[in-house]
Amino acid sequence: MTEHRDGNSLAGALADIFAAEITSAQVQCRACGLATTLAQLLVYGPEPGYVGRCPGCAEHVLRVAKTPAGTWLDLGGSTSLLFSTMAPSPTGAASSARTGRVSS
Amino acid sequence: MVNVTRGFRSRRFATDDRLPPGQYLTDGFPVLSAGPTPAVPQDEWSFMVRNGGQVLRSWAWDEFMALDAQDITVDIHCVTRWSRLDTTWRGVAVDDLLADVDTAAEYVLARSYGGYTTNLPLEDLLDGKAWIAYEHDGEDLPPEHGGPARLLIPHLYLWKSAKWIKSLDLVEDDDPGFWETLGYHDYGDPWREQRYQGD
Ligand SMILES: [Zn+2]
Repeated sequence: MTEHRDGNSLAGALADIFAAEITSAQVQCRACGLATTLAQLLVYGPEPGYVGRCPGCAEHVLRVAKTPAGTWLDLGGSTSLLFSTMAPSPTGAASSARTGRVSS
Repeated sequence: MVNVTRGFRSRRFATDDRLPPGQYLTDGFPVLSAGPTPAVPQDEWSFMVRNGGQVLRSWAWDEFMALDAQDITVDIHCVTRWSRLDTTWRGVAVDDLLADVDTAAEYVLARSYGGYTTNLPLEDLLDGKAWIAYEHDGEDLPPEHGGPARLLIPHLYLWKSAKWIKSLDLVEDDDPGFWETLGYHDYGDPWREQRYQGD
């Protein structure tokens, strides 16, 4: 049984917090140090919340829950997020405009 | 005719009476997961009661199976709004697991294989209100529902009934667990609809 989706499923949940295209940001796992993009996280949820886990060690790197009070975000499982000015994109040329928006 | 109507009405009343506010009834058993399902073979499973980091009690699977067990029929309520009535389980009362334990702790942090945690007042685990359950519907508890064994504390929302239970840690401070640190209610009473912080 496939229990998780990839980290692109976090995009909607984080859209109202980050103006940048969050899933291409690089995140470093606090537990094992592995650096991946958010899109590479193993994501469980959406209820009770999204849990993004490290593809290297399975620890949770990022958690997001939507409640009536708002969006709860826990980045405690990460050491840093990198929003690259040269964000690579799997969609190629169509993404250059997005990359520009990230760096603006 | 009259009898049918009366029977129908009384059954509906009984159901409504058992459904907390904001919940709907389901016959299914949805699986919500916050991580990969831990694979814990019974011969590698153990369950502990700890106090301040010190192991007070520990049972291997065979030892746990030798404890007095109870058959339990309870209604369960998930914070994601589904409820199931008359679910059947078999397990050991937490009262029996904590019998003769001398502690000043007022809270418990339930810890699971896979790293999940949830916090509970100690008194909510006592007086026949909570069990460590290892059968559901007459079968071994399947891994996706928390097997080999899970906490069962049906008077609170189901996220408090930690799957894949590994230990009950007696603690003096009420430190919030996995969902309680991400906007969910500290206590989680379905009858008071305590879903989120501030409810
Ligand atoms: Zn890691």
